[in-house]
Amino acid sequence: MVKPFIEFRDVSKSFGKHQVLDKANLKIYEGEITAIIGKSGAGKSVLLKHIIGLLKPDSGQILIKGKPLSEFSKEEWRQFKRSLSYMFQSNALFDSLTVFENIALPLVERTNMPQSEIKKRVEFRIEQFELTEVSYKYPSQISGGMQKRVALARALVTEPTMILFDEPTTGLDPLRKNAVLNMIAHYQREIGFTGVMVSHDIPDVFFISNRVAIIENKKIAFQGTPLELEQSDNEVVWQFIHGQEALQDQLTGLESRKEVEATLKKEIDKVASGKGIFTVVLFTIDSLENIKNRVGYIAAQRIFQCLAMSLKMSLKGRGVAARFGVEDILLVLPGQDKSVATSIIDDIISDCSGQDLMDPRSYKKVCIDFSVKAGILEVREKMSFESILAEARNNQKLIAKMECKGARG
Amino acid sequence: MSKPATNSEQKDSFDFIEIINGLGRYALNIIGELGAIAIFFFKGFLLIFSYPFQFKKIIQQVYFIGVKSFLIISLIGLFTGMVLGLQGYYTLVKFGSEGMLGAAVALSLIRELGPVLTALMVIGRAGSSIAAEIGIMRISEQIDALDTMDINPMRYLVSPRIAASIFVFPMLTAIFDVIGIIGGYLTGVVLLGVNSGIFFNRIYDSVVAKDITGGFLKSLAFALIVSTICCYQGYFTHMRPGGFGAKGVSLATTSAVVISCVLVLVVDYVLTSFLL
Repeated sequence: MVKPFIEFRDVSKSFGKHQVLDKANLKIYEGEITAIIGKSGAGKSVLLKHIIGLLKPDSGQILIKGKPLSEFSKEEWRQFKRSLSYMFQSNALFDSLTVFENIALPLVERTNMPQSEIKKRVEFRIEQFELTEVSYKYPSQISGGMQKRVALARALVTEPTMILFDEPTTGLDPLRKNAVLNMIAHYQREIGFTGVMVSHDIPDVFFISNRVAIIENKKIAFQGTPLELEQSDNEVVWQFIHGQEALQDQLTGLESRKEVEATLKKEIDKVASGKGIFTVVLFTIDSLENIKNRVGYIAAQRIFQCLAMSLKMSLKGRGVAARFGVEDILLVLPGQDKSVATSIIDDIISDCSGQDLMDPRSYKKVCIDFSVKAGILEVREKMSFESILAEARNNQKLIAKMECKGARG
Repeated sequence: MSKPATNSEQKDSFDFIEIINGLGRYALNIIGELGAIAIFFFKGFLLIFSYPFQFKKIIQQVYFIGVKSFLIISLIGLFTGMVLGLQGYYTLVKFGSEGMLGAAVALSLIRELGPVLTALMVIGRAGSSIAAEIGIMRISEQIDALDTMDINPMRYLVSPRIAASIFVFPMLTAIFDVIGIIGGYLTGVVLLGVNSGIFFNRIYDSVVAKDITGGFLKSLAFALIVSTICCYQGYFTHMRPGGFGAKGVSLATTSAVVISCVLVLVVDYVLTSFLL
């Protein structure tokens, strides 16, 4: 077992009567990016500020490479602190210094580096972050995105072994947000620092982190790799990752994926014990992902919604359906055979064909052909969840097709 | 009938204890605060001498606190001297001793008005902006940022200001004194016709080294008080009850100016009584 670089052991912290952390336990490993997610005001920044000593725990311990922070000698603490950089949520740039001076400050104040060397290093960072044009401006004269880049440049200029990011992407537009996350991931690979990042950007932040910790109700409710996170059935975790999807599914009127999975499991067990049958239908909207990327999010959502709503209407409570992945809907019909499934599909075909899902007039330039497929599988004997899905996908046939018919501009 | 009376009696005694409690708390707070200021001062002062010396930053502060105050100090000095010349002449002529005018103007300027008025003017001009600047750095997390970079904020922000004040206050006081005497000369000699030779001879006769070192000591003491109080108020803006953010900074600036002014006058009295 690898020893954690930083470990929180039963750390509690209150501000006056307001308790923020209650016996929180957290492990951060060397050379990894750990993302801390949680609701606003849940104590994420407080956690970070404990690492750098801006706050001290009321009780509990923080261990750095196994040694409690409280036992650090002054010199050890200094060494540790010098190996850290902290990127503040508000950037905390020095507003009476220029961009250049801001980035140079840690080098000027902490090292005996000759002026020319400092200039070289700072200019390297300035170029790297495309700040050349603003290097002699003051922080208040540049945009928010640039300020973030200056803050990041200032954090990296000392070549730290660990960087703490306090919401590095909050308040940025999606493009800049991705750029900042990219930058962090890129430099992490290049320099190999340990990163701790507090963020709201789910799921984007998962792509660049090696570990994720969720803080909820004053405790660390979950910590593990993003993969473990995705497969976790922890209620809190579920809420966090599926917050956005859940809203979409609510809009379409479908059940949650969890509900459908539970029904399917029950039915599989029933069939296994030799009682009854059930049918599953797997709908796939071909190239929905493509439409989402090229035409737009709303167009894709409309197509999906139309299918989901007519499905829901013709279902009349005979089964449950949920979105599985981006393009798929899984329908489970407990106790029903193939014929019911076929009639439902027929209903959907007659229902949806009357609507202009992708009206060539409104999507002139970007019209994309798409089709809906459905695969029926009647289950009479014990099968695994995966094989049911694979079989159903195998059975898929085209049920509807939408063509642009030369409307492409 | 007796019941309500006991009640109110109880209430009275309760109130009384409350008042005593309140006074005690208040006194403890003040003592605590004074202790904090003293520690703050010693830390800031000792860090002036830590290696590497912050020459550049001290020079910048000398420029900001000193050079930029030069004009206003000269102006105030000139008019103070001129009015001293007028008032002094008016009083002295009643006793037929207007020849003493030079001594009166010079002594009151060097011993008293020079150091005090210089300190008050610098508080208004530089002290308030020191408190505001450091206060804003505090609320916008810039001080925390310094701390996380392992740059000692006390050394970076406070020490250069204390050091610069130590340089600048006596110099500004000297300038104030000289220009004040010239002001007295203008009204006394040029305007009212006191003999110029007598005016300067009296100054030469009556001003001794002790007067000048006294004034110098005072201005040193004021330098320490003003720089410490103004930095302290700004530095702990966030700890101030009842004001956050911009409001906190405005309160910090106000109390920096008020507390510095009051302390300068109180310390002036105490020092004068010891130096006499």
